[in-house]
Amino acid sequence: KQMMVREALNSALDEEMSADPKVFLMGEEVGEYQGAYKISKGLLEKYGPERVLDTPITEAGFTGIGVGAAYYGLKPVVEFMTFNFSMQAIDHIINSAAKSNYMSSGQISVPIVFRGPNGAAAGVGAQHSQCYAAWYASVPGLKVLSPYSSEDARGLLKAAIRDPDPVVFLENELLYGESFPVSAEVLDSSFCLPIGKAKIEREGKDVTITAFSKIVGLSLKAAEILAKEGISAEVINLRSIRPLDRSTINASVRKTNRLVTVEEGFPQHGVGAEICASVIEESFGYLDAPVERIAGADVPMPYAANLERMAVPQVEDIVRAAKRACYRSVPMAAAA
Amino acid sequence: DTTPLTIETSVPFTSHQCEAPSRSVETTPKELLSFFRQMATMRRMEIAADSLYKAKLVRGFCHLYDGQEAVAIGMEAGITKKDSIITAYRDHCTFLGRGGTLLEVFSELMGRKDGCSHGKGGSMHFYKKDSGFYGGHGIVGAQIPLGCGLAFAQKYSKDETVTFALYGDGAANQGQLFEALNIAALWDLPAILVCENNHYGMGTAEWRAAKSPSYYKRGDYVPGLKVDGMDALAVKQACKFAKEHALKNGPMILEMDTYRYHGHSMSDPGSTYRTRDEISGVRQERDPIERIRKLILAHDLATEKELKDIEKEVRKEVDDAIAKAKESPMPEPSELFTNVYVKGYGVEIVLMSHVRESLALKYC
Repeated sequence: KQMMVREALNSALDEEMSADPKVFLMGEEVGEYQGAYKISKGLLEKYGPERVLDTPITEAGFTGIGVGAAYYGLKPVVEFMTFNFSMQAIDHIINSAAKSNYMSSGQISVPIVFRGPNGAAAGVGAQHSQCYAAWYASVPGLKVLSPYSSEDARGLLKAAIRDPDPVVFLENELLYGESFPVSAEVLDSSFCLPIGKAKIEREGKDVTITAFSKIVGLSLKAAEILAKEGISAEVINLRSIRPLDRSTINASVRKTNRLVTVEEGFPQHGVGAEICASVIEESFGYLDAPVERIAGADVPMPYAANLERMAVPQVEDIVRAAKRACYRSVPMAAAA
Repeated sequence: DTTPLTIETSVPFTSHQCEAPSRSVETTPKELLSFFRQMATMRRMEIAADSLYKAKLVRGFCHLYDGQEAVAIGMEAGITKKDSIITAYRDHCTFLGRGGTLLEVFSELMGRKDGCSHGKGGSMHFYKKDSGFYGGHGIVGAQIPLGCGLAFAQKYSKDETVTFALYGDGAANQGQLFEALNIAALWDLPAILVCENNHYGMGTAEWRAAKSPSYYKRGDYVPGLKVDGMDALAVKQACKFAKEHALKNGPMILEMDTYRYHGHSMSDPGSTYRTRDEISGVRQERDPIERIRKLILAHDLATEKELKDIEKEVRKEVDDAIAKAKESPMPEPSELFTNVYVKGYGVEIVLMSHVRESLALKYC
């Protein structure tokens, strides 16, 4: 059976709201409009306006209210129309949500989920196209998840809602309409994925490629091209950015001896930088080639189609980097 | 003694979009004596915190509440511990009002194990969730939406309780106040926004920061009440009134006209932006403890000597708590990594090598 990521998220929300009356959804256009991206379709009708709350376009206010409700013991799911708008509320995510359990020595836990589309969208310019994975993943007290497939979306969102700590849940607008095969197990309402565990999407022995969210798809495509050229790439879908599954990454690198990290976000202090550091700390002696790091270009996202394409990782960038890591010849023009 | 007693508030309430409550406040001799004792304890505690800070036993920031005691005391008298309170960083006395102990206060100030946050919060981060106190917040204004969120949860849970979110006149100009208030009013949340107007946001006089310093009116469509925040009985009356209103009709703003004797924090002598005469004038004419003392004496509820004895007892309680707090150990080094997450959910903590080494060197 096939399922769209949108349906996967919708069904996960529906099932968790049905299982726990403390779970409620709030955000811009989540109710009557059925969600800006239709993730909350049908939920207002099913659960009523007490549990599906349309907010004004005031992120600092409604995010603070969500966090306060979590202090009291409710389990809010706060939707950001995109994570770019979470910048208006980042103080509540970091100072009010992530730190309270620690500052209160365990008195005030904050079981809340902040979710919405993250990363580069298409043609929307610099202020609406940015990946926040590295930003939030640098904060102790937060957990940061980023699903790729429908299985990920269902299993990780259910895990996030059930988790007693604040979780930042980074979706991708361009994946909402994509379909993925799902098993009967994934469709069961008890299905849930562990937080902090990566998934090996494709096994390989020559080079490890780490990716999350939409980039997992590009990496799988790259692995197919590489296979035709005799390179066996292992693709790791991180799923969880914080905690980061360092052991799965390191075990893979110890096997393949080569690493390519891929992400859409800015390169400096990015997810790839952290993975690279982890591998250098724990598996330095196993590396047979310098680590290749692919990231978004170090510029605000341009609008023009040709420039935008250059600013985000493409399949051919991954192929080229993997070949370089394997010391295969790369055409000069492409390598430049 | 619990014979009812009716006392007039110092000044009438001024109201906005609502009818002001009566100036006649019901109280009892017992309540007045407990106001006296509790406010004297708070006053003594804050003076002692000042000395501990100057002796370098308290680190970082320390914001003292002396002068504003009537707000914490009067509010508690008007509500129950099932109602929630959330405030900013000037939180020692609010914590005490919610039932916290002197030992917990002084231990937390000195970063010790017996502190209310086991030494991990510090002066600005006191909590007492079991009696509805949600902190203790260090970012100006952030506690206002958080408080509205507590009120949301109370309404969602059909608890018939309310939340008092306290903030200063400085925070009254924050954008997030208006965002949260708008939502609270749209959703009829049982939230009471309490502006403790001590007339200076740090070192800036209210009129230099606010185009309209009538904070009780600044909710526009939200009713408000201006209260003499130096009069514990007026505060009690206003909080009772606001709670009833909020349960029926949604949010309300209470502006407490109060005064802090200390500077904004310990680094502020509190005398560069206001005159010494202003401070001593408030002490002489409006002091919240002196007001209760006069009432007690006027109604022959205790003698001057009995009140002096209470003050002596309080002083000893504070001294004893400090002595005990000084003996409380520092938190265990292993506590560094606890409470980052709720326990038992499989989160590994990345120990950077230098931390690993320092823990190993010292404690293995």
